[in-house]
Amino acid sequence: MSERIATRDAYGKVLLEMGAKYPDLVVLDADLAGSTRTEWFGAKYPDRFYDIGIAEQDMVNIGAGFAASGKRVVCSSFAIFGSRAWEQIRNTAARAHLPMVFAYTHAGLSVGADGASAQANEDVAVFRAIPDMKVVVPADATETRKAVPWILEHLDGPVYMRFSRAPVPVTFGDDYEFELGRGVVVRKGSDVAIIACGQMVALSLDAADELAKKGIRARVVNMASIKPIDGKMVVKAAKECGAVVTVEEHSIIGGLGSAVCEVLSERHPTPVVRVGVKDVFGESGTPDELFDKYGLSKPHIVKAAKEAVGKAK
Amino acid sequence: MKRLRDEKKLKEIALKLRRDIIEMIYRAGSGHPGGSLSAVEVVSALYLGEMNYDPHNIKDPDRDRFILSKGHCCPVLYATLAHVGAIPREELWKLRKLGSPLQGHPCMLKMPQMELSTGSLGQGLSAGIGMALAARIDKRDYRVYVLLGDGECQEGETWEAAMTAGHHKVDNLCAIVDYNHVQQTHPIAETKDLEPLVDKWRAFNWHALKIDGNSYPEIFRALDEARATKGKPTCIIADTQKGKGVSFMEGDPGFHGKAPSDEQYVKAMAELGVDTSGGKTYE
Repeated sequence: MSERIATRDAYGKVLLEMGAKYPDLVVLDADLAGSTRTEWFGAKYPDRFYDIGIAEQDMVNIGAGFAASGKRVVCSSFAIFGSRAWEQIRNTAARAHLPMVFAYTHAGLSVGADGASAQANEDVAVFRAIPDMKVVVPADATETRKAVPWILEHLDGPVYMRFSRAPVPVTFGDDYEFELGRGVVVRKGSDVAIIACGQMVALSLDAADELAKKGIRARVVNMASIKPIDGKMVVKAAKECGAVVTVEEHSIIGGLGSAVCEVLSERHPTPVVRVGVKDVFGESGTPDELFDKYGLSKPHIVKAAKEAVGKAK
Repeated sequence: MKRLRDEKKLKEIALKLRRDIIEMIYRAGSGHPGGSLSAVEVVSALYLGEMNYDPHNIKDPDRDRFILSKGHCCPVLYATLAHVGAIPREELWKLRKLGSPLQGHPCMLKMPQMELSTGSLGQGLSAGIGMALAARIDKRDYRVYVLLGDGECQEGETWEAAMTAGHHKVDNLCAIVDYNHVQQTHPIAETKDLEPLVDKWRAFNWHALKIDGNSYPEIFRALDEARATKGKPTCIIADTQKGKGVSFMEGDPGFHGKAPSDEQYVKAMAELGVDTSGGKTYE
């Protein structure tokens, strides 16, 4: 079994490195720095780090003030709590095209035992709806390590980055390169295209192994860049495979599944089966138990792929 | 810009700004006259007699910053900026028109003279903290002024920010509450009373004082006191009159967010010393 690292850990580590590269980098948190790992940056750069306390709206707009003063700003919180400042992000940060990254951790069902109040399954949807907002969901520690510097180097307007609490398999090697707006084919295949993001990429690769045993050759695409989405790659996958499955640790409403359907319904109508949280709230449990119960585990992806193949044109 | 604190001259300017505000909102057909008129003395005092501000070098990194957190009252800010020469006067008459930089609520992308895009209440004070703390990092000594509405003090984020600024002793930050006592629908005291307002700010570790916010000498006294106060941010509760200067708008929630009719426009301008009857125009 491959090494497992939580993307929040990779985020905290690379953010600390970025502190030296960018003297204009300011990091804010809202009482969760120990968990989001921004405390590593804060310990080394106390003059450029503020823990605003349990006040996410205040944090976002203090960040906007820093950004309007020429700083590169990163705000961190848990995905669920940071999302409560949606209107601040929409109206003050995004509307002014401010250079701000909202790097939120503990996203999705895999938060686990804390239960439904902490499981953000809607964050990608609400961020994606904001004009000018980019949305990135790194698949693993390697992609996190590559994507954070890429985003900070090219920072032009607001970006949402989503990280997980639980350790997830390291899928990519050191030679992996991230680029905003670009999907990556992780496994070749032409019977069905599985388009995934976040830790669901690793699970989709496992599902593809399973499908191969049954003679179904699944292509697996990592779509970390949900907005802008790699529409060309989505259409190509649909044309060459004839059926698509989307897999995300998020509601099937408004996230990757919706983004893929938007592309295909306009440019190349293709049967799509969406794997994700089915418009419900989660509950307490281990990540594995929750993935089984809420339809995100490997057997569910395999089943969805077979269903998609059955619908293929 | 040379600081102007002469009360007589400032009062003449205030009268002109009030005419501009009525003209702008009348031509736009919509807007917020009440809270624009109440804040005329505060906003003009800041730009003309207090802030380090060069209208021809609006991105000077050492400039003092002004955030209009009560963004709906932007006519008073636009009129003041036109007066100091930061924007051409003829732009004023394009308020709220398609393609105009003078949006219904301030937009810093369309209008770089705005320090922040505002319009959704409760957000300006937090951003002011960010700007004030950026001065610490950059070792600059500029000050940040944030004008809040009184109704805006009902927003939770205002108090999140008050707590943060008090905690971090952000003494280059000065909040001014335009306490005109009337919000959109009813008097503040009826909807949700703010009192004891000065005590609230003090309890959040601010230096706070209450003044007559339509009096230039009192405003300058308070601004001097704010600048001299170290180790704490200052909040000036500026007691004002909503709709100040136009008798039938004064204290009337009906003119919180409504343009005057043709008849009301002529009457308002007449009270401000301009004859616009019979189609006579004001430029």
